[in-house]
Order: sequence, then structure tokens, then C-alpha cells
Amino acid sequence: MLTRNRLLAGTAALVALSLVGPAAAQAPIKIGELNSYKVFPAFLEPYKKGIELAVEEVNAAGGVLGRKIEVVSRDDNGNPGDAVRVAEELLSREGAAFLIGTFPSNVGLAVADFAKQRKVLFIAAEPLTDKIVWDQGNAYTFRLRTSTYMQTAMLIPDAVKLKKKRWAIVYPNYEYGQSATAAFKKLLKEKQPDVEFVAEQATPLGKIDAGAVAQALADAKPDAIFSSLFGPDLAKFVREGQTRGLFKGVEVFNLLAGEPEYLDPLKEESPDGWYVTGYPWSELKTPEHTKFLNAYQAKFKDYPRLGSVVGYATVMSAAEAIKKAGSLDQEKLVAAMKGLTLMTPFGMIEYRPIDHQSTMGAYVGQIGVKDGKGYMKNWRFVDGKDALPSDADVQKMRPKN
Amino acid sequence: MTLASILIQLLNGLAAAASLFLVSAGLSLIFGVTRIVNFAHGSLYMLGLYGAYSLIEFFGRTPLGFWGAVVLAALAVGLVGVLIEVLVLRRIYRAPELFQLLATFAVVLVIKDIALFTWGAEDLVGPRAPGLSMAVEIMGRRIPAYDLVLIAIGPVVLGLVWLLLTRTRWGALVRAATQDREMVGALGVDQAKLFTSVFFVGSVLAGLGGALQIPREPANLELDLAIIADAFVVTVVGGLGSIGGAFLAAIIIGVAKAFCIGIGTVTWFGFEVSFSKLTLVVEFLIMALVLVVRPYGLLGKPQAAQRAAEPAPRLQVPSWTFALVWLALLALVPLFADRYTTILLTDIVCFALFSVSLHFIMGPAGMVSFGHAAYFGIGAYAAGLLMKRFGLPMEAALLLAPLVAGLFAIVYGWFCVRLSGVYLAMLTLAFAQISWSIVFQWDSVTGGSNGVFGVWPSPWLADKTTYYYLALVLCGAGIVFLWRVLFSPFGYALRAGRDSPLRAEAIGIDLRGFQWAAFVLVGALAGLAGAVYAFSKGSISPSSISIAQSTDGLIMVLLGGVETLTGPVVGAAIFTWLRDVVARNTEFWRAVMGGVILLIVLLFPQGLVGGLKALVARWREQRA
Repeated sequence: MLTRNRLLAGTAALVALSLVGPAAAQAPIKIGELNSYKVFPAFLEPYKKGIELAVEEVNAAGGVLGRKIEVVSRDDNGNPGDAVRVAEELLSREGAAFLIGTFPSNVGLAVADFAKQRKVLFIAAEPLTDKIVWDQGNAYTFRLRTSTYMQTAMLIPDAVKLKKKRWAIVYPNYEYGQSATAAFKKLLKEKQPDVEFVAEQATPLGKIDAGAVAQALADAKPDAIFSSLFGPDLAKFVREGQTRGLFKGVEVFNLLAGEPEYLDPLKEESPDGWYVTGYPWSELKTPEHTKFLNAYQAKFKDYPRLGSVVGYATVMSAAEAIKKAGSLDQEKLVAAMKGLTLMTPFGMIEYRPIDHQSTMGAYVGQIGVKDGKGYMKNWRFVDGKDALPSDADVQKMRPKN
Repeated sequence: MTLASILIQLLNGLAAAASLFLVSAGLSLIFGVTRIVNFAHGSLYMLGLYGAYSLIEFFGRTPLGFWGAVVLAALAVGLVGVLIEVLVLRRIYRAPELFQLLATFAVVLVIKDIALFTWGAEDLVGPRAPGLSMAVEIMGRRIPAYDLVLIAIGPVVLGLVWLLLTRTRWGALVRAATQDREMVGALGVDQAKLFTSVFFVGSVLAGLGGALQIPREPANLELDLAIIADAFVVTVVGGLGSIGGAFLAAIIIGVAKAFCIGIGTVTWFGFEVSFSKLTLVVEFLIMALVLVVRPYGLLGKPQAAQRAAEPAPRLQVPSWTFALVWLALLALVPLFADRYTTILLTDIVCFALFSVSLHFIMGPAGMVSFGHAAYFGIGAYAAGLLMKRFGLPMEAALLLAPLVAGLFAIVYGWFCVRLSGVYLAMLTLAFAQISWSIVFQWDSVTGGSNGVFGVWPSPWLADKTTYYYLALVLCGAGIVFLWRVLFSPFGYALRAGRDSPLRAEAIGIDLRGFQWAAFVLVGALAGLAGAVYAFSKGSISPSSISIAQSTDGLIMVLLGGVETLTGPVVGAAIFTWLRDVVARNTEFWRAVMGGVILLIVLLFPQGLVGGLKALVARWREQRA
């Protein structure tokens, strides 16, 4: 009897599985988007809104190639295996023209490798890992976001200016934190050979033991601290460090801490004077940002986070690439992406032909506190192209072909 | 480290241990009495934090408001626990062992999305405790006053729970039920009420542990899974059902972590050793050590044998004709389905072998594994590394990978078969986590947190349909082989060992040896599943060894039905397919997924296949 059930259940499953949606001819151009929505909701909810806004604007302006665009989103569960599966689903079942998205480094790299194998364009939105354009770079993958190396390099001038000798380092123990730390140590040592790294704490992502870490760093008596913590880890570190007096007389540099996603939860405890990279959305007065800000606030009744800009600029890049290519042919799309320039809320960017990295910049400044909220003060915009290594170095890192 | 920093790190460790103890004590109580592996306990902790945050905002940041909010949040979480017990778990107490784990897993998914819906995605940084926001100077170093309060709260709660357990009638019943719950039932104690009350107390402790963390930890959606593994570790290291043991274990683990951080990086004989990186895995190392030396935890006692209401039903010999028909049907799919169906089926086929191998060990062999992903992941990594680093042809790498996984199973299994029950399960988890942390950090070999890329099959297998046939043949052969083994003398010996170890040994079965062999066998076949999976994805990441992967395996087996042979295959298919469909469009797909699993749990307490079998049997009876 069991076997009959097996048959029944199997037939039902097969029928369900074989329901394939046919794609109509003049349907919108589908762009496949995948991201770890449920794993990093604080960043990715605003990101999704940025995508929606961009799609609306592109279509209001008549779409591309005479067709509207549609972004089909999937959740990759933060798991590279799942990501490769949904990427395949987007391409073969949804008929997506190409792929955009992803957040964590390992997912981004897995999808990049998949894109190479499948010979499909992939615009990585958020993964910060340097490897995606350098060590593991490939012909089909481009990356929008200002990378770990670039953001670290942007902080270096301030760090050098302070002439601090004893540095302590704390970072989340995975690709992003590791490469931020490596880049920081290398770049600072180049400019300031007598620098000493007196303590190094690698904390499990999302599980920092902040009291013990703050104490261990204080014991090393540093003049300055370089941190790449973010999210709950950052909040815990800030609070413990403040209570324990770790930051008294110590300069702190923290990647990403000026991004509204991670700064806003700190409220009145936002650490005054920290050097950070981030996004001072309320203070930007450039026409391209004002236009974006107004449209975003009108549509969502909320202010944009950095994720919103990333989502928006990713879709805009995709649309511009299709326009420039004049076709959905992968080779033409890839050729169009090389050297593609477009306007984003952060100004003009270019996808560099040499390594497929966009020159999107970032804002560097210090955290201040006003009305019980953190904000970025003394900020300046650093163009991404000024924070990249020399072409010779890039060519050395990036595999040929 | 100076004397002062040693003392301060000791205090840090004790403060961190306080909440961990509360959560683990609750888990230990619930497990002791109900024997439920409550996955949702971490979600209750998370709700404690969120609840306290909202209540403090509501009451205002005064001492009364703060402590009132903490207590109220804990009580509210207690009520949530009662709801879970009454609405879900009470209906499935008679289900096969561990089935409740499936229900609590579904509850985790649901609660996570409810929290996302209610409190939003942004981290919520709670206020400092009013009146305790300052630091106290000890030996020239500043330590938060609130940490000192936490250090005091731990022993106070321990004392209260001890009084409750030793000085009240309720406590006597709980202790009795922990030792022998059938006997308590036979003596006329209302078990339903007892279970509900235990759930309430355990959940209050989880909620309190969470609420007390609000000045130290932002409320966020990752807390549930972050704490649950640690809570299980503490419970097991301390000894199941032993509150004092949980207290001791929490302190050991809290202090060990603080010292790993305090020691930082040291240079020994020219080698840099980073103790701070050890924090990723130190609790699992401690657990492995403790379990190897003390098989029942620090203060635990051997569990009284459970008198199962009825022995596990006989396994039916699989019908090979129908297995063949199935294989033929599956082989025909690519002829009329689209490309993606083939790819999804490749995933399903890999997971089917993974879950059948897990079923083999946890069902017929009677050794539950919480860390089965170790072999899946090691198989995947072995395949990838043999190809990328050793330059073997892909075909050779694919076939050698199971042997590597088997080698690891030889080592891990040797330790594991010396334990039983949940202790065994937790030791498998410890080995899986240790493997994971090595893979995660050994950048030069395994690619660290990124993993290995460019692991694609040879050109003749590159086509997705061809690869699907390869997966079908290899995994199908693996499944058939495992089923065949179950009905060999070896398989019967394993079942004999599960049902009655004493009698099995009395008739001359070398039980431990057989169990060890079973361990190695399923390890190798899980490794095969992992290797096939790796080449289908082109990349391997540490998540293939993670707790999440192990949990997926358990869910698949339980969903299909642990007491049937085909259940795990059906479970793997349904779970993978469901996740593919549900995650596609719905914003709150986790809640939907959890809801569907809950529905299955309540409708089919024997799993899908088990439930269908029961339905058919009843239908036949009515006709006769």
C-alpha cells in the first residue's frame, strides 16, 4: 500500500513541478535580483525600496529598448548553495535577462563564479569583498559598492594625520572584517612605518562579548582603535567601551558606522568624534541627491538609508547597461558595462574596464550627537577612483582573461 | 595578562554567564520533564528582549519602570511558552521521539517573522538600567555596575529555583517526572498540568534571561539562534535536568570565553596563536571534552530508561520493483520538464541521500545526530579541495570524497558511540561545529568564510541534465544500498541494539563495534551527497557544515516520518520543494513555511509517510 502512496505523492509532485510559466513576447524585460532579505533585513528593506523607486522611474521615462523593466526578487537565505539555485531559477524559469544583487561576501562570490560559468552578466550590489573584482574577478561580474579596500583607504589620510603609534584592532571574524583589517594594517604601515599594532580581537559575527573585548583592548593601552564592527556588535561595543572608559583619549576609526542602518539605533549614545564612513543623507545638497531624496520621501514617507542608495543605483546601472548595449545579448551587455558611466545619488560613477569595480564613492567624516541622535559631521565625499590601488597593482591581483 | 586584568575578565565572564544560566536552566527544566528538545527556547529569549524594550519605553526609564518591565516581560514570555505547549506540543506528546523538535523548529520560524512584523528590522538598542548606568572602579579598571548586579542575580535565581524544586510539592513532582515520568503518570499526577506549568517556569526563565540583557544587547532578529546552541551546550555540559550543573557550566563557558578574549594573541615558539579567534568554537570544545570524560555531563546522572509506550514498528522491506519504477519516472522528468525542474531535482536527490543517511543512524541505529552536516560538508570540501588543490580529475575527486568523509566519521564516531541519547547527539554537534570552525578559519586551505569556488564538473557532465542523471544514479545507488543494508544481518543487529542493548550484547553482538561501523557507513554516504551537491553548485561554503544544514536534515527526516523507510526521501523532497515555492514571493515566507510545517505536524504526528500509512490502514479496516 505504501508503494501506491509513493506513486500518488510522486505524481502530484511531478505535476506541480512541471507547471512552467510561458513568457510573452512584449512582456517587460525581467532583471533577476537575489539577496539575503531575511538575514540582513535592516539593510535590505531600505534596499528593496530603492529598487522599487528606480524601477518606477525607469518605466516612467519610457523604459529601455521600448520595453518596461521588471525586477524579480528572490531570497537566497544567506546561503551560497541556495543562491546558486535561485539564480538558476531566475534565469531559466523567470527568463531574467541577467542577475543583480547579493549582500554577504560568500554569496556574492558564489554567484559571481556561477555567472562566469553560465556566461551571464552579474552586477553585485553590496558584497564588499575585494576578491569579487580582484583575486576572483571574472569577465561577467561587476560590482557597484565601494569595497572594503576602498572604504579603508578613505580613512587612512585621517589616521595618518593623527600620528598615533599604538593601534588596537577589532573586527568581525569573516571575510569583510579580515580584509578590512589586512588592508588597514598594510596601508597604514606604508604611510607610517613606525606604527605598532598592539592588540587584535576577532569576534564572532553577531556574538561579540563586548565587555571582555573592551577590557582586552584597554589592557593593551592603545592610542587609537580601528574597528570594522557593524550592527548589534557595534552597538554593544560602543556601550561597553563608553561605560568602561575605553574611548577616553583614544581615537577610534570604524568602517560603515556612519551608515544610517548602523548609526541610527545608537541614538544618544552615538560615539562623538569617531572617524567613520557613512551616508549623511540629511546634509547632502547636490542636485542628484536632492532629486533622489525627494522622490524617495514622497514615495515611502521615510528617509533613505545607504541600502536605498545601493538598491537604486544597482537598478539604474542595469537599465543603463541595457540601453548602452541596445540588446539583451550577454556579450554585448558585458561590453556595455565596461566603462559604463551613469549618474547616481552619489554623483557620476564609472564601471572601470580594468577590474569591473564602480567608482562609486563614500562619505568620510566624524560622528556627532545632536538632539539625542547621531549624525555625521566634518564630512567630505571621497570619489571611489581616488581610493583604488594603481592599475599595475590591480592587474597583478586580477586573473588574466 | 596582569592580575588585575585576570580578575576583571573573570567578572566579565561571570556577568556573561548570568543570562546564559537563566536560559539554560529553563531549557534544562523543560527537557528534564517533557523530554522535548525545545528549539524555540531561543525565540523565547529573543521575545524577552523585545518585550522588555517595548515595556520600558512604555513605563519610562525609571528604576521602577525598568525592573517592572523586566519582570513583566519575563511573565509575558512565560505565557507565550504556555501557549506553545497547549496549542502545539500537547497534541503531539505521543509522537515518535524527537518529533516535537520539528514543531518547535516551525515555532522558531513563526516567532521570527512575528517579531520582524511587530518590531521592524532595525536593531533596538535598549536603555541602560536606571541608577546602574555608571561603572565601578575595581583595581584601577572600570566595570559596569549593572554587570555586578547580573553576577548577583545568577546565584539568587539558582537559589530560588532550588527552593522551588526541593521545598514545594510542585518541585517534588518535577524532580520525580525528570527521573521517571511514566511512574509519575501512573501514580495519578495530571501530566498535562505538570507539563504546562513546567513550560511556564522554563519560559519565564528564558524571558528573564532575555529581558535582563536589554542594557547589554540590542534587541535584534538573530538572537534566537545565537543563544539556542549555547543554551544546549550549557545544559548538556552541566548534565540534563541538573540546575546546579547548568549554573556551573554557564560559568565555565562564560569565563572561558572571557579569558580567550583576554589572552588575545600570543606567540609560542614563533607561531602566532589567536585565542580571540577561538571564541567561535570554545563552548563546543569544552562540551566535547566534558562529554568524552563524563558521558552524562558534569553533574548529570544516567537517564532512567524510558518505557516506550510501544516499540518502534517493524520496518517494511522496500519493494524493489517500485523503487525501480520511481527511478525510471525520475529519469524521464528531464524529457518533459524545464531546465530548472532538473536543477531543483538535483538538489532534492542530494538532500534525499543526506536525509536517508541521517535516518539510518537516528532511526534504525538509534543514535540521533545533531551534527550530520559534518559529513555532508566534509564530503563537499573534500571533493572541492581534491580537485582544486591536489589537481585530481573531477571524477576521481567525486569518488574519493566519501572516503574522506568516512575517515572523519571513523574518528568522530569512535567517541560518539560511547555515549547515548541526547548526549550522543550533542557530541556529534560538537564535532560538526569544530569542523565548521576549522573550515571557517583556515583561509589558506579551505578559503575561510568565503569557501571554495570554481568547483564545476568535467565538460562531459557540465550539462545540467547529464549531471542530474549522474546525481540520480549515485544518490539513488546510495539510498538503495543503505536500505539494503538495513535488511542484512548488520541492519538487524543495529535494530536489536536500539531496542534492547542488554539483550543484544547478551547474544554476542558487539554493539559498539556495529554502531561505529554504522557511523562510518552513513558518514561516507552523507559525504557522497555533499560531493554531488558541491559539483552541482560550483562552489562550497562553510554553511554546508553549519548547524543550519544539520537542522535541515533533521527536519527532512522528521517531516517524512522517522519510523518509515521512504519518509526521509519524501521529507527531503517536500522540504526542498516547499522552500523553493514559499520563499519565492511571500514577504513573510518564514512564517508561511513555519505555518505549513506546523500544519503537517498537527495533522500527521508520524510524519507525512507515517501519517499516510496510518490513514490507509484505517481505510482498509473500515472496508473489511
